[in-house]
Amino acid sequence: MADPVIQVSGLTKRFGATTAVDGLSFAVQRGEILGLLGPNGAGKTTTLQLLLGLTTPTAGEARVFGLDVQRHRYAILQRVNFSSAYISLPTNLTAWENLHVFARLYGLRRPRPKVLALAETFGIADLLERVTGALSSGQLTRLNLCKAFLNDPEVLFLDEPTASLDPDIADTVRQALRAQQRQRGVTIVYTSHNMREVEVLCDRVLFLARGRAVTEGSPRDVMERARQASLEDVFIRIARDGRLTDARDVEA
Amino acid sequence: MGSRILGLLLRYGYLYRRSLARSMELFFWPVMDLLVWGFLSTYLQRVAAPRAVSYLVGALILWDILYRCQQAITLAVTEDIWVKNILNVFIAPVRPAELLIATSIVGVVKAAAPGVLLTVLALALYDFDLLALGASLAPFLASLLLFGWAVGMFTAALILRFGQAAEALVWGVPFLIQPFSAVFYPVDILPAWARPVALALPSTHVFEGMRAAIAGEGVRGTTLLAAFGLNAAYLAAGALFFAWMLQRVREKGYLGKLGME
Repeated sequence: MADPVIQVSGLTKRFGATTAVDGLSFAVQRGEILGLLGPNGAGKTTTLQLLLGLTTPTAGEARVFGLDVQRHRYAILQRVNFSSAYISLPTNLTAWENLHVFARLYGLRRPRPKVLALAETFGIADLLERVTGALSSGQLTRLNLCKAFLNDPEVLFLDEPTASLDPDIADTVRQALRAQQRQRGVTIVYTSHNMREVEVLCDRVLFLARGRAVTEGSPRDVMERARQASLEDVFIRIARDGRLTDARDVEA
Repeated sequence: MGSRILGLLLRYGYLYRRSLARSMELFFWPVMDLLVWGFLSTYLQRVAAPRAVSYLVGALILWDILYRCQQAITLAVTEDIWVKNILNVFIAPVRPAELLIATSIVGVVKAAAPGVLLTVLALALYDFDLLALGASLAPFLASLLLFGWAVGMFTAALILRFGQAAEALVWGVPFLIQPFSAVFYPVDILPAWARPVALALPSTHVFEGMRAAIAGEGVRGTTLLAAFGLNAAYLAAGALFFAWMLQRVREKGYLGKLGME
């Protein structure tokens, strides 16, 4: 098997007496979509922040492209991108201006063709002259995704990208993401509370609770092992018990 | 590096191009200050102080340069927190030095634009010609720009650390420095305990030098040397403080929370 694109070993982050991420280890292969799941406070966002170098680990290490995130942060950031429902592009700039600015920040010398191509792909070509603050949630999400693809990322971190979208728009966004992932072979680390979406989109899921890995595998494997009918039921069990006693655990 | 700095400059440039109110704000407060202080000094000159207009109006124009420079750096960070864009900037491969260089360039533009207008208005309304200071004006301006950048780095670092809770610092810090900078009065007016504080600020040497130049005493080399020496120390300290604070907020996990509060 090829070297993983992301390799996390014993990653730990403590904030005072609180342990947000507790000895987490996992790997993500090139082109894989990994769903990072768990209840609020499970450590998903902190894990993403550790992978982006926004936060420094207390112990352990995270490597992306074989490079240590803390020591080679800027080289890694050039090759990855991030989108979240909870952050925004400046609302007082037009969509075009925002994409132009970020294209420059990612070092694109001639941003125009790239911006236009991405706007076409995500169906916002006719919105480029609109002020970002005047866009709807669905349009904003697609604009954020355009920004996230500006540097042709090899790894994309998505933090609940479809939160607050109606089912129709969320489905459009999922399809666009899937299409981009197939065309470009992008590795995606995805957090979401929408378990139906995760079942459809993710090749593999990793459930966290209290900063620790609880279970991982393909959505189907995880459901079978947990003897649950849906990923949502698995989620609820983990959220309520903080662990999952699956068949394999019992045998062990 | 050039592309990323250009990207940041575009980001700030677009803001001003898109907002007439924002562009007007750049000029509104300095012009209002100039009108109030200008007319007051005209009055003072008439009743008692022969050089009141030159001292006060000159000081006002130069003070605005320091203020605008500090604001450019601090507001760049603060505004990105307001609009929840700060994480987008920090997960782009933008190095802190590039952010500081871009915002410092914006500071020069934000200081120069109203500075030109104030100089013209001062000449038209109060017959005060700042440019009559000649070549000696250049080191004063440069020194104030440098100090404005240094103070901007300190305040931006505190904004990163404390987030929106520290917003008052954006506007407050310059006015914390102002009384000790001897902007509108000579250092010897200050009480004895405050004089060492004043002399530790580069701005004090600039305003003392400006008054000496207006009085026809020329510009003392020691004054400029003190200003630039102090500026070098403050700039180095400001950059180190910014880098240290950025490292601290990454350790504490505050960076990830900025703009998501």
